[in-house]
Amino acid sequence: MIALAIIALLTIAAASAAFLLRNLIHSALLLVGAWAGIAAFYLWAGAEFVAFAQVLVYVGAVSMVVLFAVLLTRQGATTAPVEYDSLKRAVLGFITAGGVGGLLFGAILGSPLDVHTANPAPAVSVKELGLLLMGPHAAALLIVGVLLTVALLGAVVIAAVDKPEDAP
Amino acid sequence: MSPLQLCLLFSSLLFCVGLAGALSRSNTILVLLGIELMLNAANLNFIAFWRYGPHPEAGTGLLFVLFAIAVAAAEAAVGLALIIAIHRHRKTIRLQEANSLKG
Repeated sequence: MIALAIIALLTIAAASAAFLLRNLIHSALLLVGAWAGIAAFYLWAGAEFVAFAQVLVYVGAVSMVVLFAVLLTRQGATTAPVEYDSLKRAVLGFITAGGVGGLLFGAILGSPLDVHTANPAPAVSVKELGLLLMGPHAAALLIVGVLLTVALLGAVVIAAVDKPEDAP
Repeated sequence: MSPLQLCLLFSSLLFCVGLAGALSRSNTILVLLGIELMLNAANLNFIAFWRYGPHPEAGTGLLFVLFAIAVAAAEAAVGLALIIAIHRHRKTIRLQEANSLKG
């Protein structure tokens, strides 16, 4: 419980600081910290393989893609901070998020959750996970593979520079 | 308070931080990062219910999170490619100025 509270506090602090800062690089790096905190939560819950997948995909790959996008879309060579947007927009965003949060909190604290607290952390080994992926969920695995291939090809096509055609 | 409720409160707080960031900033990269954070918060719920649910040995929560991470990675790649394409056409990535699809 204590460990969970510490992980939650650090993760939420990193995520909120990321959206309050004005420097995009700092925001991206703080979000990497938040993703690492989520991976720590997976480790705490006993889902080791998912934690390693989170570290590989988010802390490793997505963060690099985000940093590349930040550097490629910079205005000029300056490290000018992003200006804050209109106050109205920020206030409306916070009101909406607060309303959604209030609804969720009320629903969570008000529902009678039947919890099996006594049992130890469930252990699903990597071998069992692999058998599950290759056996009953093989179709989903293949579909995800095709989806990733198509999405990455599409990303390359969208982001590629279209060269001017040579005059005949 | 039970640990399951603590996990759910954690994930809903994270979801709200992502939602507030995606709604109140107008930098496209920050909006995309807010959406990624919301996806991660949803994944936390799967793990929490797998951990404290009645049949953890089935591992369905784990598998769903693995597939969700794969789909989120694809989404991030395509989203950032779109941001780079918009920046090339308009020289800005503010959302308010990208208001027509005709390049």
